[in-house]
Amino acid sequence: MSETAPAPAPVAGADRHALRAVVLAGGLTFEREVSLSSGTQVWEELVRAGVDTEIRDADSGLLPGLAAAPADAVFIALHGATGEDGALRAVLDLAGVPYVGSPAAACRLAWDKPAAKSVIRSAGVTTPDWVALPHSTFRELGAGAVLDLMVARLGLPLMVKPASGGSALGVQKVSRVEDLPAAMVSCFAYGDTVMVERFVEGVELALSVIDLGDGPEALPAVEIVPESGVFDYTSRYTPGLTEYHTPARVSEDVADRAAALAVRVHEVLGLADLSRTDAIVSPDGQVHFLEVNVSPGLTETSMFPMAIEAAGYELGEVLARLLARRAGNR
Amino acid sequence: MPRHPRLDPLADRYAARTHGMKTSEIRALFSVVSRPEVVSLAGGMPAVTALPLDVVGSMIGDLVSGMGAQTLQYGSGQGDPRLRERICDVMALEGIADASPSEVVVTVGSQQALDLVTRVFVDPGDVVLAEGPSYVGALGVFQASEARVRHVAMDDHGLIPEALEEALMACRANGDRVKFLYTVPNFHNPAGVTLSEERREAIVALAEKYDLLIIEDNPYGLLGFEHEPLRALRARNSQRVIYLGSFSKTFSPGLRVGWVLAPLAVREKLVLATEAQVLCPPSLTQYAVARYLDTQPWREQIKTFTELYRERRDACLESLAALMPAGTAWTQPEGGFYVWLKLPHGLDAKLMQPRAVNAHVAYVPGIGFFADGNGREYMRLSYCYPEPDQIREGVRRLARVIEAELDLHSTFDTVDTGTFRGVGRGGSPNIVGPANSDTYEDGR
Ligand SMILES: Nc1ncnc2c1ncn2[C@@H]1O[C@H](COP(=O)(O)OP(=O)(O)OP(=O)(O)O)[C@@H](O)[C@H]1O
Ligand SMILES: Cc1ncc(COP(=O)(O)O)c(C=O)c1O
Ligand SMILES: [Mg+2]
Repeated sequence: MSETAPAPAPVAGADRHALRAVVLAGGLTFEREVSLSSGTQVWEELVRAGVDTEIRDADSGLLPGLAAAPADAVFIALHGATGEDGALRAVLDLAGVPYVGSPAAACRLAWDKPAAKSVIRSAGVTTPDWVALPHSTFRELGAGAVLDLMVARLGLPLMVKPASGGSALGVQKVSRVEDLPAAMVSCFAYGDTVMVERFVEGVELALSVIDLGDGPEALPAVEIVPESGVFDYTSRYTPGLTEYHTPARVSEDVADRAAALAVRVHEVLGLADLSRTDAIVSPDGQVHFLEVNVSPGLTETSMFPMAIEAAGYELGEVLARLLARRAGNR
Repeated sequence: MPRHPRLDPLADRYAARTHGMKTSEIRALFSVVSRPEVVSLAGGMPAVTALPLDVVGSMIGDLVSGMGAQTLQYGSGQGDPRLRERICDVMALEGIADASPSEVVVTVGSQQALDLVTRVFVDPGDVVLAEGPSYVGALGVFQASEARVRHVAMDDHGLIPEALEEALMACRANGDRVKFLYTVPNFHNPAGVTLSEERREAIVALAEKYDLLIIEDNPYGLLGFEHEPLRALRARNSQRVIYLGSFSKTFSPGLRVGWVLAPLAVREKLVLATEAQVLCPPSLTQYAVARYLDTQPWREQIKTFTELYRERRDACLESLAALMPAGTAWTQPEGGFYVWLKLPHGLDAKLMQPRAVNAHVAYVPGIGFFADGNGREYMRLSYCYPEPDQIREGVRRLARVIEAELDLHSTFDTVDTGTFRGVGRGGSPNIVGPANSDTYEDGR
């Protein structure tokens, strides 16, 4: 579709100025606001790194826009459906537009939390027990009986969350059995499938992975300590309410196993370029996989940029290199 | 430079009153509302494009090129005298015949007037009475000054005088200092209802009986669809009523011009307070409003606005009647911008919001209009901004959302294994507000 000649594979920053990038941000999901701030930060960092960058929403103007002014590569700073579930990437594949990040099929898998957990568990990675069900199952079999089984099997407390989606929207911790039906009702407002997961007490880590061409590399873990005890939307996006320690204050052994887990997840699910795995280290030192994000948050309060910085990289440089690689591969 | 572990090196330094200032997931849910794919019945934005924009444009241009020495200069803290005269003419339309320009203070929207009045009267812990539900921007001001808000029930005819008297007696018995009653008598935000003639008399009489000060907030009074405006409370009592007005809904909210009409002694304090806050209201926009009132057919323009809003109100009410599932109830506004809708028993407008956003329709959950956590089964719908067809489409989407939510509740409400209680809660039969919301919000 694009009529520009493929850019030559960049040698260090030599062709940086010839690179034309489009950052996609916005979208029609609950995470629009988060995406706009991720996208703005990416745009600023790329411009600072000398890349000719434009920011665009993922709406009906996108494809005509990309056809009229082709990009050498696209950076997807969209969070939530279409940007993260593989759909938009499948369309970019159809259009022959290169993009940074994981391929469509891998995204589809990672987006579906229960499906990703099955694959991850089969690969030998620890993840809390769970069950994911649509509303219709409760309607047909009787909610009381199904909920009773869940509690009997998974115990309390439980995490109730939408089977897909991010920014902790719709995620609730349920400690009392009588609160479970109401938690299910409010969670089903986000989507038709709810995942109920065993709660794991411990230290929360954000495990970022990048691949600059030499294979996936785990960046220093970011330890998350929300003042309220819950890493919810407010704790995430109000500076001051959460402490972040990078590198995490865990033993070397735990740090190594966490890093290995994140790389393993990245590989097992077939992810590319960048990802962020969320995990909890229980008091016995076990690292439990919670979920992985193919489009990690890149806002001013996000963990991926903290990890980049702690590893001694510059965010703009890293993003520019990822874009240049994709542009070169078309 | 390494980042502060809390990303905010000043985190421990903020005033206690900022502790509630946090990003909430409501922001996330509202983030798509401005997209054209979404029908927003949420915002209360006036239809400013119905103004003769070119005329207003050249008028403002002339004010700068011809009178820049005044319009671009500081002005008096109380506001431009010419504008204050015209404001008295505007108030006369609602029966306030005795107002003098010297009793008027021009403010940056009536929002600043609300803030000034609250600063001048309220100490932390004082009680402010307000309708339940009440205007969210007023609740924010009351909260900032650490007032305790006590809601007084209202129904289809506005604030209920008996409920007001009960609240006053209860406060007296408690030894609470009631500083004032805050009320929006016309086309209430968010309830959409209007205080009836009889109740106006009754409430003013109660003010006399209980030595009550009333803050009458009236931005919508001239936007009636059915009849001439009812006489303002201020027209019935000039000593116990402080009146707030605004050009935001009759002309333009972007100009930020409102006012307060208060007895002289109060006016003096308001002027000192506003000088401390903003020095003076913006000169250019005051001149713009005065010039607009002097030279443009502003009463005809208000008719144009009301015709437009009436058509939108009709589209909204007709489609609600045609599409809403049984058990839903709503108010019948005779002017203004808003319909207040009560969901079928047990539904929660805030919890339902993600489903609505997924269905591309937006509303404001009722809980925000109460200082005490009430209002969960209510929502505010604004018909002022979308075109009638969009309104109909929005209501259609909303009806489907409510139906899906009812279906969900029918699955989980009946949970009864001995282990679980259903999620349904007791509700009140009153359309407008919890019938007896005599709970306090501790502003602190
Ligand atoms: N099983 C669990 N045990 C303990 N805490 C959990 C569990 N699952 C989730 N959490 C907590 O809830 C938060 C949100 O959960 P999760 O990461 O699954 O949601 P998300 O919406 O996908 O978030 P993100 O924005 O990171 O994609 C986590 O960051 C963690 O603090
Ligand atoms: C009842 C009420 N009071 C005050 C205001 C604030 O208006 P202004 O634009 O004059 O500040 C509004 C605006 O929506 C309102 O509805
Ligand atoms: Mg997560």
